[in-house]
Amino acid sequence: MTAIGWIQIIAFFALVLLLTKPLGLYLYRVFEGRRRPLPRIVGPMERFFLRLCGVDPSVEQDWKEYAFSLLAFSLFGMLVTYALERLQHILPLNPQRFPAIEPALAFDTAASFTTNTNWQAYSGESTMSDLTQMAGLAWHNFTSAAAGIGVALALARGLTRRQGPDGAKTLGNFWVDLVRAVLFVLLPICVVAALFLVSQGVVQSLAPYRDVTTLEGPRQILPMGPVASQEAIKEFGTNGGGFFNANSAHPFENPTPLTNLVELLLIFAIPAALTYTYGRMARDSRQGWALFAAMSMLFFAGVGVCYGAEARGNPALRGLAVSQSTGNLEGKEVRFGVAASALFATVTTDTSCGAVNSMHDSFTPIGGLVTLANMELGEVIFGGVGAGLFGALVFVLLAVFIAGLMVGRTPEYLGKKIEAREMKLAMLFVLVFPAIILCGSAWAAVAPAGVASLGNAGPHGLSEILYAFSSSAANNGSAFAGLNANTPWWNVVLALAMLAGRFLMIVPVLALAGGMVGKKVVSPGLGTFPTDGPLFVGLLVSVIVIVGALTFFPALCLGPILEETLAGGGRLF
Amino acid sequence: MASHGKDLSLFDPGIARAAAIESLERLDPRAVARNPVMLVVEVGSALTTFLWIRQLVVHPPGAPPPWFGGLVSLWLWFTVIFANFAEAMAEGRGKAQASALRKMRKEVTARRRVGDRVEEVSASALRKGDVVLVEAGMLVPGDGEVIEGVASVDESAITGESAPVIRECGGDRSAVTGGTKVLSDRIAVRIGANPGESFLDRMIALVEGAARQKTPNEIALHILLVGLTIVFLLACVTLVPLAMHLGVALPATSVVALLVCLIPTTIGGLLSAIGIAGMDRLLRKNVIATSGRAVEAAGDVDTLLLDKTGTITLGNRMATALLPMPGVDSEALADAAQLASLADETPEGRSVVVFVKERFSLRGREVAAIGAEFVAFSAQTRMSGCDLSGRSIRKGAVEAVRSWVRSNGGEVPGELSAISDRISDAGGTPLAVAEERRVLGVIQLEDVVKGGIRDRFQRFRAMGIRTVMITGDNPRTAKAIAREAGVDDFLAEATPEAKLRLIREEQAKGKLVAMTGDGTNDAPALAQADVGVAMNSGTQAAKEAGNMVDLDSNPTKLLEVVEVGKQLLMTRGTLTTFSIANDVAKYFAILPAMFSSAFPEIGALNVMHLASPFSAVLSAVIFNALIIVLLIPLALRGVRYRPLGAAALFRRSMLVYGLGGIVAPFLGIKLIDLCLQAFGLV
Repeated sequence: MTAIGWIQIIAFFALVLLLTKPLGLYLYRVFEGRRRPLPRIVGPMERFFLRLCGVDPSVEQDWKEYAFSLLAFSLFGMLVTYALERLQHILPLNPQRFPAIEPALAFDTAASFTTNTNWQAYSGESTMSDLTQMAGLAWHNFTSAAAGIGVALALARGLTRRQGPDGAKTLGNFWVDLVRAVLFVLLPICVVAALFLVSQGVVQSLAPYRDVTTLEGPRQILPMGPVASQEAIKEFGTNGGGFFNANSAHPFENPTPLTNLVELLLIFAIPAALTYTYGRMARDSRQGWALFAAMSMLFFAGVGVCYGAEARGNPALRGLAVSQSTGNLEGKEVRFGVAASALFATVTTDTSCGAVNSMHDSFTPIGGLVTLANMELGEVIFGGVGAGLFGALVFVLLAVFIAGLMVGRTPEYLGKKIEAREMKLAMLFVLVFPAIILCGSAWAAVAPAGVASLGNAGPHGLSEILYAFSSSAANNGSAFAGLNANTPWWNVVLALAMLAGRFLMIVPVLALAGGMVGKKVVSPGLGTFPTDGPLFVGLLVSVIVIVGALTFFPALCLGPILEETLAGGGRLF
Repeated sequence: MASHGKDLSLFDPGIARAAAIESLERLDPRAVARNPVMLVVEVGSALTTFLWIRQLVVHPPGAPPPWFGGLVSLWLWFTVIFANFAEAMAEGRGKAQASALRKMRKEVTARRRVGDRVEEVSASALRKGDVVLVEAGMLVPGDGEVIEGVASVDESAITGESAPVIRECGGDRSAVTGGTKVLSDRIAVRIGANPGESFLDRMIALVEGAARQKTPNEIALHILLVGLTIVFLLACVTLVPLAMHLGVALPATSVVALLVCLIPTTIGGLLSAIGIAGMDRLLRKNVIATSGRAVEAAGDVDTLLLDKTGTITLGNRMATALLPMPGVDSEALADAAQLASLADETPEGRSVVVFVKERFSLRGREVAAIGAEFVAFSAQTRMSGCDLSGRSIRKGAVEAVRSWVRSNGGEVPGELSAISDRISDAGGTPLAVAEERRVLGVIQLEDVVKGGIRDRFQRFRAMGIRTVMITGDNPRTAKAIAREAGVDDFLAEATPEAKLRLIREEQAKGKLVAMTGDGTNDAPALAQADVGVAMNSGTQAAKEAGNMVDLDSNPTKLLEVVEVGKQLLMTRGTLTTFSIANDVAKYFAILPAMFSSAFPEIGALNVMHLASPFSAVLSAVIFNALIIVLLIPLALRGVRYRPLGAAALFRRSMLVYGLGGIVAPFLGIKLIDLCLQAFGLV
């Protein structure tokens, strides 16, 4: 590890810290404030779209209506995307004349983008038409992120709202949250970010691919497209689906160290800011900063271990006459180096982004373990846009349940009692991950159709399987290269994993919000466990780590941990 | 009852023996099925036992040695048995309490009034609403209310207090409890409960565990434990195909052992024992709760309402000073005060006599002996006193005495109002003493705050509980007493409506309110409060309205009730934390053992350096079973509650049960491994 490496990491985090309050405040004003910002510019657009959809912004929904709206909206979007993919050969904006996508891959991709996963079992530049990318996939990049923000807001409202005299049990209006998230937050910032990326050399073009002669002489086809506009929302909405197969490692997506930093900031911006927004909603910023602190601790632990492992180099080469002074550079862009690659890998797996600027498959076993563990902890280390906050809040409920008992009070959070119904829903939420990841991996590990796609044997192959299911369940979308996921079996199984990992978690969360919103608020006393101090942060971190570790330790033991111990003895896979 | 079972040692041999037998009977899967965590263990035990027997018969190649399967199976069975034992122990202790309670309900014959006749029936045939006659020497056949007469009753069977108490119709002393003995007179009692529904019946059912319903928090925790069990079930079962992918065939016995070690068997096995023991502890403090829910709620109490009289102050005002008017000798005032009070049987009157005797060494005189004529207190005159050999002495309310003196043609000195105002301001009550036309002075009556009550309120405050005194006094008096007693707030000139309103206001602010009460007019407030503790000496209506009855009729008992409630929750929380923290060490014991034959390199995870894979698995299983037994005393006794504030309490518990929970199994498993080695088993 080098000083310059750590300076990059700390500088990045300092910028995130700086952004959190202003952006969080902006989000609070957009969604909860009495006067929304940008009334002249965005206000009319908001009113237009809401009137177009026949939505009265003053009418709120209870949790069932909110969930139904979200599910219906997602299903509709998924069907449209599937149709676009299947019909792209007869639709316009297909300069490369790509054929229709075959059904399993179309289903997988539609599910992937609807769920904010952006798992790509294809190479974008050689499969998807510009129309499919722009109208189908980019649409989801915006709306799936907005939907995630909506769910987080609904849960935050459920926890923080004080029951009014009418005892309303509503959580806000999904359509209003959706429109506001897109118009006030995602679109304006993405426009600015895209222009910045273009200024740094990211491509933005609807022209056919260019046929060029390289400096060395051979001719080469240069794929191009509307990349910068996709790139901005890819990071800002923690989507991660690259225009190119190489994702942010591609110089047309991520040309300079500066674009790398901006892309990293775009990934963390909303998830970090939402913690502040949440604190404002709870009328106590410290509640939000406590979440931020817990997430930061887990982030630093991850990046520390990952960077450490990558900087030490390949364990199999230790003791040989090979210099590893630059660390493990296999699968990494030299223009980013080990530190920025480890940072990107950590950030992208902490959140449910899944964009990559290096190949996680080529990381050392321990470096790879960090990326796996980040996802398996539940995508709560800042996490996906919205998904990080609501996931973290579910862990908060588990943490205060235990803490409440330990101080001799029936557990409560922000004055609301946590009872059997809440525990049931929280446990349902917690169970989704092990059910999908462990059962899916176990099936793939022995099913011939699963094993056939593996590029590596032994524990590394197992890591590839675990990674595919973790990435799908966590709606991350990054891939451990080496696994050929574009087979009917993998496409269908992973699509189901992604859908389950999204909607089987969102529905209990909304039910949880619906149950909490109407609860009587008890006032805190001396005997109430405080949820805004270092003690609580420590507890929350331990609960997240212990739940994740106890669940996945055996499986990880057979994957990266075993690989590390074997590599020390010189056995490779 | 104060002594029933109190000295029961934690492992009373009788109870332990019965519990040991019962723990085997409860291996019946239908009984275990109520607890999914233990059901998983039982199914696992059955599976490993089956595999072991099959191995003995068919000798499959490459199988672990037979003793390994046998011992693992045996200890897995022990895990279930130990959990059953904990539950049976708790229930056994409850039953011992219950049988003590039951003894009070000897089969007695009741004399039931039917129209004008009286018929003899068995007490168990009495229904709610029946009227029975009870005479001196008879036992009251059931809980009820006195509707005619007055009697002295020996309630020592319930309260342990040997002094008889008066029970009379009307008022707040009308309730009688079944099993108590009428010592004098005769009363008619209207029975208040059908057979099997009395407080005793309900409590017996609760402590025996038969009627015990899971409390809300217990259900929530149960869900958490079942959820964790499913997580570990997934983690362990999927390990088999994942290992298969690497060409490793995991022995089923080891997988079951890992599963059982990981699922929260410690808290799962002790959870119901903790609940039963909580009810039992409350009963030991002579409080009968009508539901476990109320006990849990007691742990959350924020505000406590207490009646002033009898709770904060001794029942009555007492004379504490004599203040003579100018020119009056204090001996003369004392003499007059004594004469005016000699025949006054009210507690205030008696306190004057006692005070004068102690302070001025004036011996009591018999009213009759000195030929005095006693003038009784009346609501009209608001005075009492005596006339003797031409002297006419009165004492009473300052206003009344003033006008009496004036009507006799006397002058009232200005100091009288000054002194009496000063007394009122300090929370006392002035009584003027006058002879004929002369005001002699003022007797100062004061509420005497009970000894030690300040400390008790201090403890409430440390727990974060606000105390509110309720009194019929005027605000001035109330404030002075509140200050002296150290309560946080007071409600003066309280009417039943005002009490009810206060409780509702507190609840609207999100507070959980507890109150103690005994009178019928307390009943609405007792019912409204989240925790209502009725005094056993109170009326039937009050007892029905509350959700706990204090057999000792000691209002500050709430302190202990709150502690029991908190202990109950804390014991659950700490043991859950301990149980989960234990898993870390178990992973490090079992996982390397499972894979070390295929991948010796994974032995790096064997940080405890356990002797062999078999020893590692077996040690973890043995530790997992033994820890249940070791923690039974803690489950039954409860974790100690200290009023430290939530953060300090949490830090402390986390250190002991969280960190301790991580470290303890590392030491324990290593120790068991060393023992197994010493016995040459591995």
